[in-house]
Amino acid sequence: MPQTTLSPEAETPAAETQAAVTHPAASSGPASSGPVPFESWGRYPTYKAKVVPLNWQGDFPGVAAGIHNGALPVGMGRSYGDVCLLKDGNLLLTTGMNRLLDFDPATGVLTAEAGITLAQILDFAVPRGFFLPVTPGTKYVTLGGAIANDIHGKNHELAGSFGNHVPCFELVRSDGSRRLCSATENPDWFAATIGGMGLTGLITWAQLRLKPIVSRMIDYEGIQFHGIDEFLVLKDQYKHVEYTVAWVDCVSTGRNFARGIFMAGNNAKVPGPLTRTPEPKLSLPFDLPGFLLNRTTVSMFNTVFFHKQIKAHVKTPQDYEPFFYPLDKVLHWNRGYGKNGLLQFQYAIPWEHAKEGTIAILQEIARSGLASFLAVLKTFGDIPSLGMMSFPLAGIMFALDFPIKANISFPLMQRLGDMTREYGGRLYSAKDACMTPEQFKAFYPQWEQFARYRDPLITSSYWERVTGDRSTL
Amino acid sequence: MSTQPSIQHSVLAAPATPAASLAAKPVTASKKILVLGATSGIAEATCRIWAAEGASLFLVARNAEKLAAVAADLKVRGAQYVDTAVADLDDTAKHPELLAHAINSLTGLDIAYLAHGVLGEQSAAEADFEVAAQIFHTNLTAPVSLLTWLANFFVQRHSGVLAVISSVAGDRGRKSNYVYGASKAGLSAFLGGLRNRVDREGVTVLTIKPGPTKTAMTASMKGSEKFADVNVVAKSIVAAIAAKKDTLYVPFQWQPIMFIIRNIPEQVFKKLNL
Repeated sequence: MPQTTLSPEAETPAAETQAAVTHPAASSGPASSGPVPFESWGRYPTYKAKVVPLNWQGDFPGVAAGIHNGALPVGMGRSYGDVCLLKDGNLLLTTGMNRLLDFDPATGVLTAEAGITLAQILDFAVPRGFFLPVTPGTKYVTLGGAIANDIHGKNHELAGSFGNHVPCFELVRSDGSRRLCSATENPDWFAATIGGMGLTGLITWAQLRLKPIVSRMIDYEGIQFHGIDEFLVLKDQYKHVEYTVAWVDCVSTGRNFARGIFMAGNNAKVPGPLTRTPEPKLSLPFDLPGFLLNRTTVSMFNTVFFHKQIKAHVKTPQDYEPFFYPLDKVLHWNRGYGKNGLLQFQYAIPWEHAKEGTIAILQEIARSGLASFLAVLKTFGDIPSLGMMSFPLAGIMFALDFPIKANISFPLMQRLGDMTREYGGRLYSAKDACMTPEQFKAFYPQWEQFARYRDPLITSSYWERVTGDRSTL
Repeated sequence: MSTQPSIQHSVLAAPATPAASLAAKPVTASKKILVLGATSGIAEATCRIWAAEGASLFLVARNAEKLAAVAADLKVRGAQYVDTAVADLDDTAKHPELLAHAINSLTGLDIAYLAHGVLGEQSAAEADFEVAAQIFHTNLTAPVSLLTWLANFFVQRHSGVLAVISSVAGDRGRKSNYVYGASKAGLSAFLGGLRNRVDREGVTVLTIKPGPTKTAMTASMKGSEKFADVNVVAKSIVAAIAAKKDTLYVPFQWQPIMFIIRNIPEQVFKKLNL
């Protein structure tokens, strides 16, 4: 670069002045961002990493040239543990890649860049009479993240997991190769990437098969139950209903042990509103003190929640927002757990041991005295997931949050993980912060086969923890 | 040079469509919008709102791949018509041909939205005049060329909106970005004068002054997570164009902030680290 300098300093060797001009630290203008904390939804663990925004499908791998300590594609950071973290590495933030590329109203197939969120897809699709084929309990996840974790929803028994509705996507590797992946083209890469935790490369765009709806409304039914047996009876009674899930009280013991509300719903068959959801207004702007969540407050909450539904059986039309995304109404609700964050424990246990395993684990949780608001119980059907590392298996799925209390939470998580293993189940990587390598390798014995598809540049703190493999960086 | 150049009038040829059909109103009243610098973060967010309203868009940007992605997105979101041209707007000699092509493609023009620009690197521009001159060319000379052609076109028709992205940085030169700021100050002054000239002809000129906004241009800047949401900025721009405003500070807090900054006495200002 030529210098506009009139003084004799113009004689300074070019290389030196050039360095002074182009080095970001020497610039008083825009400075490259250093490592910043990128939080997962559980806010535990917290690691610093450099955030590298991707805005275009062609940005990767170019932007990753010359980086150190590996990279990991990330989206909204809604997974709970460290599956979306990479300590001291580079997080390839995909949320700027959020364009719609094609939509065919005849088939419902939407093609979009992978950083688009399910909320953005709903804003587009609902007014056109379409809905997500599978949706998790928050709409603030990206399309790429939904594929990478092969997420599931309340309709697993009838629809399978998210990957079952993805006809194809493009996978870009750090060597610059681009692959179109589908059940017939590069099927091995397709299977490795669905549920592949972002480790196989960057998904730049994907197709998603939306389902037609005639209304925003859900024909909702809520039924109180006491105990796992009653839950299983209800589940059989409602097996023709598309969406089913149950909320369970994990604090109460004795007569109220495993009481809960079974929630069932179908997309309304009667034509109704197909409007866009307004922007959320509530946000928890700061951390609540952690002590606010204790056994007393949570058991009060649970009692109120159980009896809020005054009648034992309620039947009413409900908007899809409170039905699918009750917590999205309050942005950053995770701050309610205080600055220590929270742990989520989520298992699936196959039918063979599902009932005894669930009762034993619920008893263990109640005994621990660790309070939890959100315990969710549902069943997985037998539609096989397409992903090599997908979580769902036919049986009972259970999820709940724990506040972090150093001396109690971690040993409890260890015990619960071991119990899950004894009952032949597995834990969900997208929610995990505690699995040991032994547990992981027992839950996912195919992990070594999967590891062959990992991109050599890409890793995560989760992957390093559960495989014990730090050799790559 | 010894010979005086003769004055060339910067007047675009009328759209190629037959005059009769120009008089007839189109069946659907779709806004015809030309977007220069369509792959910039603010421009793209603005276009998404227009697309959802069913507008017709002609998009210009340098990078063909990025332009294709933006165009596909706007088409899917509901734009009635989308056409594109890959062009480097620094090349002012090509402006008349480009603009005439855009107007022909849209069969008319209601809004011209100038959103291209570079932040440049202040320290490099301090050290090397050529860098500063390049920033001035892209942010000031090229828009002046485009605006001259477009204003003359709109004046002939007694209608049209020129919406141009300037910057709060143009309100007062600061050591951290005065080269960029000066280019935007020149642009703001040009727009003020142009408005004074064409307002009586039925042509609207909107000077848009965004504060720091979260886009690709600012992604690597310190504190960028606190910058304004690009969709909020875009919504204000669409509303200001519809309301035929003169100047838009966005987010609105920048209006009082810049009022204060403009009125700090130079004696004090020159000692500040801004």
